[in-house]
Amino acid sequence: MPVVAPTAIADFDRMFGALADQTRRDIVRRAISAEEGIVELASHYPISFAAVQKHIAILERAGLVTKERVGRRKVVRTNLERLRVVRHLLDEYEELWRGRIDRMADLIADTKEHDQ
Amino acid sequence: MTVTAVRKDPHKLTMTIEAEFDAAPERVWQLWADPRQLERWWGPPNYPATVTQHNLAPGGRVEYGMIGPQGDRHRGYWEILETEAPHRLVFCDGVVKADGAPNTDMLLATTRVTIEEVDVGRTRMSIESRFPSAEAMEWVLATGTDEGRTRAVGQIDAILAEQTIQR
Repeated sequence: MPVVAPTAIADFDRMFGALADQTRRDIVRRAISAEEGIVELASHYPISFAAVQKHIAILERAGLVTKERVGRRKVVRTNLERLRVVRHLLDEYEELWRGRIDRMADLIADTKEHDQ
Repeated sequence: MTVTAVRKDPHKLTMTIEAEFDAAPERVWQLWADPRQLERWWGPPNYPATVTQHNLAPGGRVEYGMIGPQGDRHRGYWEILETEAPHRLVFCDGVVKADGAPNTDMLLATTRVTIEEVDVGRTRMSIESRFPSAEAMEWVLATGTDEGRTRAVGQIDAILAEQTIQR
């Protein structure tokens, strides 16, 4: 749909793909406020450290989290700017309806011309 | 300006858009009640729509298909909940699965259309859309992009709520 900028589509793909998994959503939630590294994050889940590492890598590729060096360790942080993209969905929906309403107005104008 | 007001509530996932037309309510109602007119405004110009079933009585259905510029096909339907010509139409939006069966697990949005005369020959139409989830909203917007994208969509409501609390 033209309401989505073409350059944004690949980004959306990765982002929504990353958010489609419950563990990854939970990691994103924790990493908003918690200053945890991968080891600490992994302790919250009944899955292997390697599996958590994989989830974090997927989130990183989607731009949803970043790893930042704090002193001697690396902390996983959520990229809030990225999450805000989600809010644009409502704006895009507005554009969809504005297009529809423009076409409705054109149709009404067409029939008026016919009547005259 | 045809569109006169837009209200969005990101928490409730609702959007209301109001428009005014220089026409009587009956004329505005025809945009919805006549399938040939509906075909001309529902989809974007590069996604020609065909309405294959159209029954606006409560309990009735509207079914449509759209073909995108890459030959991609999209099918959807409305389930009519309330009708009061020419003033009110309430329906649920749904999508049709690849095999042609309606995807009953996936209702996308509830749309309330209100049409009222504000002056002689001047009509206000208000459309309120309420989404059950951001995932459903994304489905609606994804029409015309590859299917993989829509399938990958996750539930993001919780994250959005969390983000708001943080602020």
